[in-house]
Amino acid sequence: MMVFLLAAGCSLSDSESDLTVAGSTSVQPFADKWAEVYMEHHRGTSINIQGGGSSAGIQAVRSGAATIGMSSRPLKADEQDLKTIVVARDGLAVIVHPSNPLQGLALSDVKRIFAGDIPNWRALGYADREMTVVTREEGSGTRGAFQELVMGPTRIYRRAIVQDSNGTVREIVAHDPYAIGYISLGLVNKQVKALELDGIYPGEEAIEDGLYPLVRPFLFITDGPVDGLARHFIDFVLSPEGQALIVSEGLIPAKARGS
Amino acid sequence: MIRMALLVTALSAVTILAVITLFIFVEGTPIMFKYGLKNFLGGMDWYPGERSFGLLPMILGSLYVTGGALVLGVPFGLACAVFLTEFSSRGLRQIIKPVIELLAGIPSVVYGFMGVVILVPFIRETFGGPGLSVLAASIILGIMILPTVISISIDALSAVPPSYREGSIALGATRWQTVKMVLLPAARSGIIASVILGMGRAIGETMAVIMIAGNAVAVPRSALDPVRTLTSNIALEMGYASGEHRQALFATGVILFVIIMILNTLANVTSRRKTK
Repeated sequence: MMVFLLAAGCSLSDSESDLTVAGSTSVQPFADKWAEVYMEHHRGTSINIQGGGSSAGIQAVRSGAATIGMSSRPLKADEQDLKTIVVARDGLAVIVHPSNPLQGLALSDVKRIFAGDIPNWRALGYADREMTVVTREEGSGTRGAFQELVMGPTRIYRRAIVQDSNGTVREIVAHDPYAIGYISLGLVNKQVKALELDGIYPGEEAIEDGLYPLVRPFLFITDGPVDGLARHFIDFVLSPEGQALIVSEGLIPAKARGS
Repeated sequence: MIRMALLVTALSAVTILAVITLFIFVEGTPIMFKYGLKNFLGGMDWYPGERSFGLLPMILGSLYVTGGALVLGVPFGLACAVFLTEFSSRGLRQIIKPVIELLAGIPSVVYGFMGVVILVPFIRETFGGPGLSVLAASIILGIMILPTVISISIDALSAVPPSYREGSIALGATRWQTVKMVLLPAARSGIIASVILGMGRAIGETMAVIMIAGNAVAVPRSALDPVRTLTSNIALEMGYASGEHRQALFATGVILFVIIMILNTLANVTSRRKTK
């Protein structure tokens, strides 16, 4: 009995069975899924997934608080010493209330809306109501990707409502008939309507063929090469089984056609 | 021995306050001097990615929302306190006062959630706009400061010596005249203290405000426009901030700190002068 307890104690304190993954809240739900299935396969390992945001994840890797960081934005110039692995790709969907008659928008109109140049829906053939433009907060990976892919150097409208997660953006759009926002494609559900952009609906086909314009990488970040559990976990994530898990959750595999 | 232990304990609170103050100022002031205090206090643009750190919309936002909360919360709270001390039966007061104090124990996220689910759609459908607004935040904060205002005002009113009441009634004043001319002036400093504490709660509240204020970084043009407060600015962007962005959030903390100091000092000075 004593020996058994000692052995159990040893294996618990063994750092090889513990892994901390921290960062982007956009990647987090998918990392949770991976970790859950991985831990089912490998009893006795413990993978701890934490949120906090892309930049926090990168900092956590730097400080050693996490072995793997999650980021939904590319590394900045002063972060290039870290190693990145594309673990999935995500589409950004521009969403409106389901009662909104609009089916699609030109990407240039999306840009004008989020720059605050089209304040009223009437200009787009909908009700004479002010638009509720919903965006993410400064520093968010989703906002960064939207800024880069849609806005370019143009600033996002300062009167836009700011929410700090995909979920709350969706919540607002789902309940405000005059709202427009953008969220991770994997989180679009029946409560909101994803718009066609330049005539292309963000469906699986269009994204895999590289036609849909708003696609960003989901990254794992490490401080140099890793081994042991971290390596094993990354291998699992990139394996056909790991990739199948996230495709069923609405993401796009890391290596898709057209990329 | 016990005296020493008590002294150490007492001083530790002061030390913690000093450490926090020092830390916020050390982290936050360098960037304010680097880009100029004027840009921080007077700038309208908050685009930390482009090194624009204008905090004016947030400073005004905090003041608007706090002011709104006081305008809505203080008259209600005071009326409630006067009713409970002067016009209600003892039994009723013994039921109502603990219930009001229970309101203070409800976590702010619950207030925020109620705001999002009930108040925001109501404002959007009745008055227009996005619903997430100065008005919504003021109403929720107004409710949140009620327990503070009510229970401290009750204590202040109850502390007025019974002889004041009796004297006033004996001179032929009505009950209402007694309240207005005798009790409220006599309890003034306590009532002002309740307002100060309520204001402190309103300006420092973060979670509920993030959920219902809309957080747009612009000076609101009406009560129906979204607004961002200094506290929500820090909480919203903390997770992602690094480098100068992070320092700018500490600078936000510095300004919040200074505003609270100014408001508290002002309120303290006025309440002291009036009681003399």
